[in-house]
Amino acid sequence: MIEESLITRIEPKKKMSFFEWKEISAYRDLVYYLALRDIQLRYKQTSLGIIWVILQPLVPAVIFAVLFGNFAKLPSNGQPYMLLVFCGLIPWNILNGSISRAGISLVANANLLSKVYFPRIIMPISTLGSVFIDMLVSVGVLAVLMVFFQVPLTLNILMVPVFLVLAFLMGLGVSLIVSSLNVYYRDFSLVVPFALQIWNYTSPVVYSTELIPEKWRWLYALNPTTGLLEGFRWAVLGDAPLNTTMIITTVVFSALLLFIGSMVFRKVERGFADIV
Amino acid sequence: MNSDIAISAKGLGKSYLIKHHSDLRTTTLRESILGSTSRLLQGKRKVVETSETFWALQDVSFDIKQGQILGVIGSNGAGKSTLLKILSRITEPTKGFAEIRGKVGSLLEVGTGFHPELTGRENIYLNGTLLGMRKREIDGLFSEIVAFAEVERFLDTPVKRYSSGMYVRLAFAVAAHMSPEILIVDEVLAVGDAAFQKKSLGRMEKVAKSGRTVLFVSHNMASISALCDRCIILDHGRVTYEGPSGEAVLKYHGQSSKQSSHVVYQPDQNMADEYVRLVQASLEDEHDRPAVLFETRRPLKIRLTYEILTSDSVQCVPNCHFFAADGRQAFIAYQPDIKPLARGIYESICTVPENLTNDGVFSVGLAITTYREERMLSFVFDQGALTFNVVDPMIDEFRSYGYFGPIPGAVRPVLNWSFRKVESPSKPS
Repeated sequence: MIEESLITRIEPKKKMSFFEWKEISAYRDLVYYLALRDIQLRYKQTSLGIIWVILQPLVPAVIFAVLFGNFAKLPSNGQPYMLLVFCGLIPWNILNGSISRAGISLVANANLLSKVYFPRIIMPISTLGSVFIDMLVSVGVLAVLMVFFQVPLTLNILMVPVFLVLAFLMGLGVSLIVSSLNVYYRDFSLVVPFALQIWNYTSPVVYSTELIPEKWRWLYALNPTTGLLEGFRWAVLGDAPLNTTMIITTVVFSALLLFIGSMVFRKVERGFADIV
Repeated sequence: MNSDIAISAKGLGKSYLIKHHSDLRTTTLRESILGSTSRLLQGKRKVVETSETFWALQDVSFDIKQGQILGVIGSNGAGKSTLLKILSRITEPTKGFAEIRGKVGSLLEVGTGFHPELTGRENIYLNGTLLGMRKREIDGLFSEIVAFAEVERFLDTPVKRYSSGMYVRLAFAVAAHMSPEILIVDEVLAVGDAAFQKKSLGRMEKVAKSGRTVLFVSHNMASISALCDRCIILDHGRVTYEGPSGEAVLKYHGQSSKQSSHVVYQPDQNMADEYVRLVQASLEDEHDRPAVLFETRRPLKIRLTYEILTSDSVQCVPNCHFFAADGRQAFIAYQPDIKPLARGIYESICTVPENLTNDGVFSVGLAITTYREERMLSFVFDQGALTFNVVDPMIDEFRSYGYFGPIPGAVRPVLNWSFRKVESPSKPS
């Protein structure tokens, strides 16, 4: 039995290597329990619990709908402004949530990193669990809103999961970079909220891309979230035709972010226990 | 790598860069950017920041056979933790390599990842998966873990409401039920109350006896001697000794105090007064062979030679002062019935019988006290003249019932017990 067991070789690594999927998969129960811990801790001893998850996207959606839709009369492509905002907030909150929660995950769990071995990537991945739960609740609220506003269902709705997954992948890519750099430079914990705010303003979260003058849209489309948010709206509301260039930009950027993120993470993860 | 070797380390080294100007841990982006730009601007000018390479571990090589228990001894900062962290893959070596055959479970801390807000049940699963267990493994061990920790009634209470004893018991219980082929343990026995420590040590013993390979770090020499077959001593990041635990423990103690089985006093050494002078002393086993390592079930002898310098009808009484490893006096032995003696060289042999001292390291202070007509005149004393180590072979009366934990106290005498039946149960009428 022992004859067949694996020999692990511990040595200074020089070559770049990709993640060891087999090992990560052996720790998948840990991902589950870490995610469960985050979720439980978020809502334990809060008396309203899940109500907060519902209110978080709902309240801003109502405010922006009144301000931008009713008062400023911004274009909404003929849709209820509230739905437009809510559809923007779902993928945006995935990005925002994963970057801000996974981004600090390594620093926040420094005691674990220095006391026990597990594939380090498990830490940022597991924080996505609580983001996922928030997303599920929001999607439920969205369904209620769609019934309320009597939005006709189209076949586009089948693409909703694709865009959600895309949002998570993009979020993970950025989190890998942010979380590992955070270990070395604590500045990132200050920079990230600020950067996320700027990114929010420059993305069609609470307004429609229609607001951007035609001649600047190519530039606007370079923002990888443009395609993500507009794509999600297209899938849910099924109105305006899909701008494929935007979607391709998004997919390419997400893949690129994920690749760069993985590389950065792999490069620096060996030093985590010594630095953190 | 031979198939009977579980862990093989070859030239392991770990260095840290110590920056004297800015602290590595709190580097900010600004410092990094400003640092590199100012270096660019200054061109060839020297950077004020100096750094120094510190080797926490250097050229460490050893092999552990399958099923062997290797102890690692060393003072604080000797590199013990660094070694364990490398073998547990928490940190990477700078030099050398190690090969490990089999699944490793490492226990550098009890209760890693325990969260006060989570319940006992939730913490068992979180901690268990962190230690590399799968959910179904924990499912299978769950009732055993809970019973070991004695927390059945509080499973669904957040652990922040636990007493510290319960907390530690639960934390240790999870760890103790891991079943890797190789177990790496750091000082975890130093938790909880005495009763629980015994229980944990018993558990470790069981793990060890089940044929698993264990790497065990501890400051507790008694548990090291009790559990480990072999030990390595680390000093300033290097292995200074490798060998049987009994001798390693002795050697480790010897690093701070002189130790030998034999001591010879020169006339100018001041181990004399106007009445008597110490000449030499030695430690011997029951067959009169010099020794420093004894078993609890064997006697040992202290042979003391001294010269009486006067015929002034004084009584020169040899006595031995035994000190335990923690520095506390264990007991004193006096030679009885000393008559006034003529000048000359004499030899006294003090036999410490089997089953008197507990296991552990003892130092012996040698003294000769001079009396005249029931008045103490003088006292020649060499504190810590000899050092010896008593090991527990784990087969005496104390162990016969199956208790393998540490036994407290400096002495461990086997006493006489009488025993009788007082009354038969009265027959039901």
